[in-house]
Amino acid sequence: MKTKFQPDENGYFGEFGGAYIPELLYPNVKEIEDNYIQIIESEEFQKEYRGLLKDYVGRPSPLYYATRLSEKYKAHIYLKREDLVHTGAHKINNTIGQILIAQKLGKTQIIAETGAGQHGVATATVCALMGMDCTVFMGEKDIVRQAPNVARMKMLGAKVVPATSGSKTLKDATNEAIRYWIQNPHTFYLIGSVVGPHPHPDMVARLQAIISEEIKWQMKEKTGKENPDTIIACVGGGSNAAGAFYHYLENEEVELIAVEAAGLGVTSGESAATSQLGEVGIIHGSKTILMQDEYGQIVEPYSISAGLDYPGVGPLHAFLFDSKRAKFMNATDQEALDAAFELTKVEGIIPALETAHAFAVLPKMDLREDQVIVINLSGRGDKDLETYIKHLDA
Amino acid sequence: MNTIAKHLEQKGRNNLSIYFTSGFPELNDTQKVIEELGEAGVDFIEVGLPYSDPLADGPTIQDSSTIALRNGINLDIVFDQLMSIKDSNKTPLVVMGYLNQVLKYGEKRFCEKVVACGIDTVILPDLPMVEYENHYKALFDSYGINNVFLITPNTSEERIRKIDEYTQSFIYMVASSAITGAKGEISDQQIAYFERIKAMNLKSKLIIGFGISNHSTFSKACEYANGAIIGSAFIKNLQNNGIQGIASFVKGIRNA
Ligand SMILES: Cc1ncc(COP(=O)(O)O)c(C=O)c1O
Repeated sequence: MKTKFQPDENGYFGEFGGAYIPELLYPNVKEIEDNYIQIIESEEFQKEYRGLLKDYVGRPSPLYYATRLSEKYKAHIYLKREDLVHTGAHKINNTIGQILIAQKLGKTQIIAETGAGQHGVATATVCALMGMDCTVFMGEKDIVRQAPNVARMKMLGAKVVPATSGSKTLKDATNEAIRYWIQNPHTFYLIGSVVGPHPHPDMVARLQAIISEEIKWQMKEKTGKENPDTIIACVGGGSNAAGAFYHYLENEEVELIAVEAAGLGVTSGESAATSQLGEVGIIHGSKTILMQDEYGQIVEPYSISAGLDYPGVGPLHAFLFDSKRAKFMNATDQEALDAAFELTKVEGIIPALETAHAFAVLPKMDLREDQVIVINLSGRGDKDLETYIKHLDA
Repeated sequence: MNTIAKHLEQKGRNNLSIYFTSGFPELNDTQKVIEELGEAGVDFIEVGLPYSDPLADGPTIQDSSTIALRNGINLDIVFDQLMSIKDSNKTPLVVMGYLNQVLKYGEKRFCEKVVACGIDTVILPDLPMVEYENHYKALFDSYGINNVFLITPNTSEERIRKIDEYTQSFIYMVASSAITGAKGEISDQQIAYFERIKAMNLKSKLIIGFGISNHSTFSKACEYANGAIIGSAFIKNLQNNGIQGIASFVKGIRNA
């Protein structure tokens, strides 16, 4: 029984998705495609996955009613506290699931790409947990701006390989990971967002779906109703948003808001607001919305936040945009910084720069006093302190 | 009959194909490189369409693509360059690029231009078989264009048989699990793979590529296939020795 928001047999959400991969990768991807649903739906996997999420990751993550933020914006704002889980971001929900899948497929060598380093840390963590070999590809530019996470990965025993091509950020790290995968087909590519060739977007969405599964019963507990009016999440590749939206996708009464990074401004030429600037194209094996020039060359995106600095968006999100199921908004570097400082002052929570983008749309919304909003607080800001310190006095 | 297939049919063995990046090292070197390669007697030429994110390519082709794009190359310019030598050039050409370039340029417009340049063979390494079957086969057939499929040591026999059926030009046999630019001699494991494919008695001609770099690897590949493709090693030579170095490079590949 497939819903409108699950991929068809060729991996398409509407016209988006598919598996545009060189023949060299076909057996690797096919092995996962043939097995992932069966593994994820098995009792054994569910027991291990949920066990680790509870005892190792620290789930369920709290759903916190943000009193002072709610007063300020005159609405009822709940925060889904992914910042409180182990390693400090939602990324670990996915890595715990995928490392178990890798294990069931008999893989022992793991590769991953990372932007902000949160996925790299989450991958290095589960590799340490399972005693697996870990190599993380990271853009040279991101290695500099997310230094604390590079140190964490190394301490966790991962090898961090700088990606020196192109814009030296997330897109290029992903290219390098895919090239390595082609050359080392026995490795397991533990992808960090709802991007890449089918079935990766669907696999990651299913593993992040735990976020909205919890929101449902937590909302019910707190308000008597499962549904908030609005859910807001930031979008890089789209995994935290996919997780926060997942169990509400078919419930059209729940408004879904995806927030992209506008960098210096959507039309400034220095932006990562893919839905506003992109057109249909292929990146990392997926047909989606892509920032590109008139000849299909991929445009280098820009955002202050390494985790949102991606020229595409997952195919599910391209479909959510195209079908208008989700509303796409965006926030500039400055708006995100302001939102981060505001959340810190008002609620005592320092968010990741990526996450700050989700909060930055609050002042732009027409809120009703009875509106119930859940913001997915995808990660904590420890890794971004250097950037925040630079802007402390500004 | 497909131009490349016809050539392979006539020549039989020891076909040498060279891949080069158009617009490299200088924007207007495309025509000169083709002319020199033709004079040096290569059997067919793969014209690379530089792409920002070439997933199946190693550092050498990535770098040459970056330089070509910086030189200002784009699909319109490449097609103009190829049109300008359409009558003088006698060496069969193949274009190799990535699917997003075709998508953005317009699939039909792309096909029209390819055909106008006298070309009937394309290599799009990220065009998967299922998309070919569902959409591109009919489109390409209507323009008389043949798509070249890649096979690797991990491609199943069933899939190879299907590829053989779709092929009117040649099957591109990737020498190992690698991206372009791999180095070294040919291993026993690779030879076992070449022999396995040879024993399948496919109807299509086989050309080996990825990791063929010198006389020794070229000759070895030619023992098991109708010929081989050299890319990264040629581009390195072009970078170091310029267009005047092409003739001796080709000679060095043919004879020790
Ligand atoms: C805290 C945090 N939020 C969001 C993202 C963006 O990724 P996604 O859109 O896949 O959730 C990242 C990526 O690194 C992140 O670290």
